[in-house]
Amino acid sequence: MNVTLFIPCFIDACFPKAGASAVQILERLGHTVDYPQQLTCCGQPAFNSGYWEETRTVARPVLERLKDAEVVVILSGSCGAMIKNFYPELFQGLPEEAVAKAVAAKCYEFSDFLVTRLGVSDLGASFPHKVTFHDGCHGRRELGIKAQPRQLLASVRGLTLVEMEEAETCCGFGGTFSAKFPSVSAAMGEGKLASALETGAEYIVSNDSSCLMHQQGLIDRQGLPLKTIHLAEVLNNVQP
Amino acid sequence: MSTTPTAALFKERATTITKDLRHRAVIRGALQKYGVVRDAKKARFRDWQGARTAASEVKWQAINHLDTHLAQFAEKLEARGGIVHWARDGAEARQIILDIVRSKNAHAIVKSKVMTGEEIHINDALEEAGFEVVESDLGEYICQLRHEAPYHFVFPAMHLTRGEISDLFTEKLGTAPTNSPEELTMIARKVLRDKYIRADIGISGANFAIAETGMISITENEGNARLTCALPKTHIALLGIEKVLPKLSDLALFLPMLGTVGCGQLLTGYNTMYGGPKQPGEADGPEEFHVVLLDNRRTDLLASTEQRDALQCIRCGGCLNVCPIYKNIGGHTYGATYQGPIGSVITPHLRGLQEWKHLVFCSSLCGACTEACPVKIDLHHHLLQSRRDAITEKPVWWEKLTFQAVGMVFNRAWLFSLGMKLGRIGQIFHPLIKNTPLDPARAWTRARELPKVAPQTFREWWNQRK
Repeated sequence: MNVTLFIPCFIDACFPKAGASAVQILERLGHTVDYPQQLTCCGQPAFNSGYWEETRTVARPVLERLKDAEVVVILSGSCGAMIKNFYPELFQGLPEEAVAKAVAAKCYEFSDFLVTRLGVSDLGASFPHKVTFHDGCHGRRELGIKAQPRQLLASVRGLTLVEMEEAETCCGFGGTFSAKFPSVSAAMGEGKLASALETGAEYIVSNDSSCLMHQQGLIDRQGLPLKTIHLAEVLNNVQP
Repeated sequence: MSTTPTAALFKERATTITKDLRHRAVIRGALQKYGVVRDAKKARFRDWQGARTAASEVKWQAINHLDTHLAQFAEKLEARGGIVHWARDGAEARQIILDIVRSKNAHAIVKSKVMTGEEIHINDALEEAGFEVVESDLGEYICQLRHEAPYHFVFPAMHLTRGEISDLFTEKLGTAPTNSPEELTMIARKVLRDKYIRADIGISGANFAIAETGMISITENEGNARLTCALPKTHIALLGIEKVLPKLSDLALFLPMLGTVGCGQLLTGYNTMYGGPKQPGEADGPEEFHVVLLDNRRTDLLASTEQRDALQCIRCGGCLNVCPIYKNIGGHTYGATYQGPIGSVITPHLRGLQEWKHLVFCSSLCGACTEACPVKIDLHHHLLQSRRDAITEKPVWWEKLTFQAVGMVFNRAWLFSLGMKLGRIGQIFHPLIKNTPLDPARAWTRARELPKVAPQTFREWWNQRK
């Protein structure tokens, strides 16, 4: 399959290993990966802030670059939900509506693509650590992804998954919300991290780097004994 | 965000309370216990999701044919001697109630829980007019003694510990301190029994208004609503027009649903239907039965094709109980009658979008509310739509400019790459200004460390690889 990869802006800039891992995993599975370099951001910050016209300016070129793709894999539940669920709403009643719907239909969040579309769950990875999983809200509730990442983690050698009580509770990132209401956002994050700490896990694994960026920021500030890592990096931990 | 005094107060309260670890622990503890019993009762439904769908459809039908249902409700109730009043807004409703109270030469009024009463500030109006008003719901009574608004529209005093309630009773009622919930309840009961007997007016709300039979249905756990509605000679029920259900049999679904999500009970302790004044041959009940149907801009919300499903709300509080924002900022921070996600959705419609838009922005849009709502209100998407409406109506100039500029950068990959390179240089010097007023990222760095631009970005890695 020819996979067009959508790398979110924050992964591109700050967490390139997650992106590189996704490329290597897909290639090992025998697919060709295409990364259109003009793709930068899905426009979600503007969208969630109420600036839909400004969002369309960013979303139009994204649609243009994805419309001829065979299949699109998005390395984030949040950006995935934006393109898959919210683009059709954003362009409702506009000439781009049909394209937005067509693109939405061939978009997959990374773990969903592996498990649902490809039917793969064992990637031959090993990660001898105790981890807990954070469900990003957009992936969990907009896209309905819950079993897929867990299925993938279950096949990782040496990995122990300990679910935290607040696995599905929002960590408080919420995009521009985290900057508009920093104290509320941080308090939510602290609740999340307390729940993760209760499990005794070394790592919080997630399919959303944006949530992890916020959680890692709190961990670093407070010096907590936790690390964060993207699911793709865990799955790419294979013996050469 | 442009800041109104309401928004500034909200932000100030939110900032203060999120640092209050004791508050966080009290609310988390209370809601954890609630969550366990709610889930146990939900599991007793053969098909919870099916029940949600059915309930949502009944309510959707009800609000879309509000005119016929309300007319039928009024007609049936009036046929049994009930008196129906239509109030366009809070001022009209207050006037109607004051007129009734005055015409009865009343001196004492007892109230059971009525959120629409909070909405129109009926206690203030009655007290200003010289009447004594006593709340008979234990939680509401506690709030009344503390001169504060309910913290949660189902659990008004959930923010208080037993010790705090005991101290309050000692201070206000002179009773001995106790840590036993039973004893605390008995103290309140003793005070309140006397109030019921002396009251000449009872004011209640309603959970449902049944069009088919012209009856109101009230759900409660303390029996206080029964006494409020039955003992005084005059009963006034104040309810929003959206409370209507088409059929009596609809309660077979809605009562267990409300009990389950509201309190984690299969059925709430007392579920009573009131159908008018004492009928010939009946031994008890009020001599006069008034129902005040309140619009107060609900019809404006009904006119919104996108968000009218918010009128399906049965005020179970289920969305508050799962909301991470509510759990962290608490009920009083909202400053609105209805707290939590449903409050953030409807308050801007009922009281003005520009003044209350901070509520729609204070959300991570996590969707836990929508998932929990028993009548499937699309809560978190409505917050998103209201953000769009608020901004379309009144954009914030610097935000608009920022998003336009950012859009220009995102649409030119070379500019984005350049931005990353500049970011790498900037982050060398950032520690000098981190978390100071000079820090452009201070909203982030107040509580968190900033992520670093990687030595090699993904696109640099990709290009090098090829």
